[in-house]
This record gives sequence, C-alpha cells and structure tokens, in this order.
Amino acid sequence: MSANTVSDAVLSVRGLVKRYGKLEVVRGLSFDIRRGECFGLLGPNGAGKTTTLRCCLGLVDPDGGDITMVGEPVPKAARAARIRVGVVPQLDNLDPDFTVTENLRIYGNYFGIDRATLDERIPRLLEFAGLAGKATVSLRTLSGGMKRRLTLARAQINDPELLILDEPTTGLDPQARHLIWDGLRQLLKQGKTILLTTHFMDEAERLATRLAVIDHGALIASDTPPALIAAHVEPEVVEVYGDEAKAWADAHGRRIAERLELSGETAFCYARDPRPLLDDLAARQGLRYLHRPANLEDLFIKLTGRELRD
Amino acid sequence: MSFATKILRAPELSLRFVPVWKRNLLVWKKLAIASVLGNIADPLLYMLALGYGLGSFIGNVGGMPYIAFIGTGMVCQSAMFTASFEGMYSAFSRMHVQRTWEGIINAPIALDDVMLAEWIWTASKAVLSTTAILVVIMALGFGHTWLALWVLPLGFLVGLCFGAFGLVMNALAPSYDFFTYFFTLVLTPMLLLSGVYFPVEQMPGWLATAATVLPLKHAIDLARPLMTARVPEHVVLHVGVLLAYAAAAYYVALVLTRRRLLK
Repeated sequence: MSANTVSDAVLSVRGLVKRYGKLEVVRGLSFDIRRGECFGLLGPNGAGKTTTLRCCLGLVDPDGGDITMVGEPVPKAARAARIRVGVVPQLDNLDPDFTVTENLRIYGNYFGIDRATLDERIPRLLEFAGLAGKATVSLRTLSGGMKRRLTLARAQINDPELLILDEPTTGLDPQARHLIWDGLRQLLKQGKTILLTTHFMDEAERLATRLAVIDHGALIASDTPPALIAAHVEPEVVEVYGDEAKAWADAHGRRIAERLELSGETAFCYARDPRPLLDDLAARQGLRYLHRPANLEDLFIKLTGRELRD
Repeated sequence: MSFATKILRAPELSLRFVPVWKRNLLVWKKLAIASVLGNIADPLLYMLALGYGLGSFIGNVGGMPYIAFIGTGMVCQSAMFTASFEGMYSAFSRMHVQRTWEGIINAPIALDDVMLAEWIWTASKAVLSTTAILVVIMALGFGHTWLALWVLPLGFLVGLCFGAFGLVMNALAPSYDFFTYFFTLVLTPMLLLSGVYFPVEQMPGWLATAATVLPLKHAIDLARPLMTARVPEHVVLHVGVLLAYAAAAYYVALVLTRRRLLK
C-alpha cells in the first residue's frame, strides 16, 4: 500500500482520471472508504459516478490515478479484488430464465464457491431478502422490489467485504425502498463496508456515514452529512410557495434572507436566524410557507446548481 | 496500457469460461425439448420434401440417393444456422437485453472468459443440432457407418466458425434487426453456393472456384464422404480453412466486443 493511503481503507481512490476522447469524465477524483462505513457518492446525472464505479471494479482502465480495492491494486489485480466485492448494478441483470434460488446458485458458481457453502448460504440470503417462500418460483413472477432484494442478496453470495451499490432504490416505491434500506442497515451492523451512489438525498442522509459530492468528475466536498450541511448551507430554511412567492421574493425576500433561490413557484430562503423572515411572512396574507432545518438536498442544490442534468 | 493496446491484445483463454458455459447449458436444458424439435423439424421437412419429392426426378447425385446427398448438406447447414443464431440473437439477448454479461463480469470473470464461453457454447449447440439431424438421417436408413460419427466434431468446428461470425455481428448490432444483413449477405449465399442442394461442380467454373473460399463448402467436402463411409480427401486443408476462419472471426469478435463493453 502506498504511503498516502489510509491504512484501514477498504477502497482507496487517488487522483482518478478518465477520459472519453477529449471529454474528461473523471477529473482527479480522490476518496477513501474505511472499514465498516457506508460511503455515499452523490452527484447529478453525468457527474461521473458510474464511471468511477466501473474503474473501481476494473471494467474500464483509468487514464490516470491509483485505485486499491480490498487491498488489491486495480485494474492490475481487478479479478482478485472482485472475489471479495459484491455489486448491485443500476439496472437489474438477474437471469430471467432461472428461479430465485438458481439465480443465487449460478452466480455463486462464477465465484467458484463450492456446493456445500452455497447450500448453507442460499437459505440465509433468501431469508435476508424476504424471499424464503419464493425459493423455487420463476423470476418473471417477482415484483420490482423483490428483484432488487434478490439482487442485493446475490451481491452477498461471496460474503464480500465491500458492497458497491449503484443507485439501489431507483424506480422503487416507498415501501420497497424502506425494505432495501433495512437490509443495508443490517449489513452495516454485520460490519460490511458499503459504497453507495444515489441521487436521493433522503437515502444518503439515512444511510451514509460519510459522503462525497462530485460534479463534472471532480470532488466538490466530502465529510459526514451534518458536517457538510453545517459547512456549506445556512442552518435554517424557509420555503415559500404559491403564485405570489416570486413577487414576494423580489420585493422583500431577497432583502431579508441571507440567500434566496427561486425554483418554479417556490422561493427557498436560507438564513442563520429565520425570525425576520417568519415575522415578515406572518404579517402577510395568502403566502404559504414552511420552516425547516437545512438538509442534504439544500447542500446538493447549493453545490451542484439547480439546472437540469441529463 | 492504451485503449487500443488493451482491446487489440491476444485473446485470454482460461478455464474460467466453464461456469458461464454451464449457465447457458442449464438454460438450454429447461427448453431442451422445444429446442431439439426445432433443430429437427426444419431440416427434416427439407429432407423429406426435397429428398423424396425432388429426388424422385433426380435419382442419384454424387453417387448417392438425392435424399442422402441433401441430408449430409443439412447436417452442415444446421450446424451453421444453429451457431450463427446463437452467436447473434441469443448472445445479443444476454449481452444487451438481459444484461447477463454485465452481471457476470462484476464477478471475478473477465469479458474474455464470457466471450470464450459464448463461442464454445455456439459450437456446442451446433453439435447438439448436428446430432439431432444425424439421428434423423440414420433413422431414414442412411449414414450407417462409424465414420459418420466424425460429423459431430465437424459440427463443432462449423459451430466455432459461424458462431464467431455471429459474435462479430453481435458486437456491432444496435438491435436484433441488424442480424438480417447476415442472413441475406452471408448465410443465404453460403447455403446456395456451398453444395448443400446440388454439387458445386454443376455451377459455371468461375462460380465453382469462387465457392472454394466459402467455409461451408469445406465442411460439406468433409461431411459427404464421412456419411458414405469414405475417408475424405484433403482433410488438413478443409479443417485448416475452417479453423482459420474460426480463429480470425473470433479475434475480430473479441476486439469489437471489448471496444463495445470495456469503455
């Protein structure tokens, strides 16, 4: 391990660069993930999250920088590293021709895991995924949430040290998301390390012990969620809604708030002391508003802007 | 390593392909009956209709009854179609539609291993369909010779050749529709000009000469004597041509697939 790597890092990325032609998709990205933590990688679409993950797994060769995953240099020893890593991809790639159990067993074969170990692991994983009653059903009968849980179970077939989850709850309904989150918390309790990309801020806020915000392939900020919010965003937020919100914002809001952002029909007012804002709003009729503490969403928008990304 | 060096490097040949090959075998087992029936029905109809129908006008061709003549052609044709189909449609489903490959290369298996598995699998399926046709031919009373069993490894070789062609198409395909080109531009001419339905010597000299570059022609030149208890001539040449096509096409398929997926 090189001298500047955190010694207990399960994944260490140093100065990662990836170019596609002239376009630099990842630009000198560095971060370390310590054993037992859930590290969130946040960024708008096209920020370089998935490319970073593909580099870490050794599926694409970086144009610069160093990656060490579970102690192995990547991409040089990527296959050796992947033996001890589990992956939940952004889009499901379960085998539709197989049953639930077959999916786990056949995936285990790719790791060269012997039959006895699989026989012992598969029932536990089905239990974990809440699919114990579905062991022999065809994949085609599973709901989207069940498939995600099976994918999460499949990622543990090799009892990995590190789990890499690429937007694990995108496209799920709230109930299904909560079940996935419960599963992830269970894994953290078992001492697993998790790398999670997401663009759901509530997901990051609930699960991530530390996170990094990246945009245009570079790290913008990295710390614990509360520390990041404290460092970058005013602690109090007043959201003002409705047709009149813009007029109010231009006439009064901008003067009273330390910072004000308009998005559609909502004015987001940021302040250390919200009282002048609340007093002004209380004195007026017909404006709906909500006072709340600053959260990760505010941080994310502050750091990456409001414009739409695709 | 630059991207160009990375995608152009020599194929990695490792036994890691085995679990991926087994996966395909397990899927096939689930659908085996339908698959075998499909393998048999089509060539059987051709053999019966053309062999007995047309054969009654024609009599003997190349020193054997027309149905036996066309039967040996069918063996090679079926290996060709099965492997091409597997290398195109089935591989495309697994690579693009179901993203099965993506899941596999997240495990400690490289893309080269997946490609090797798919390639060997196309040839394995060719052997399965060759076997089915051989059984049919024998049931009709032809090809009762131990030499005929050599048709099975020949089916594997034809499978390697056309499976690799199919995988080249797969690596380039934006969608299933793309494979139609291969049928029109490669498989149909191959079928009509390689001596499946009539001896190549019946064609004008220049066309017969041109046909000698077709891999299926070399397969048929091996299969026909084998099915009639004769040791084929120029075995090394025919096997060499098939091997050369197979190896070159596999390398191209691998480079194009690496270019498509490892970026």
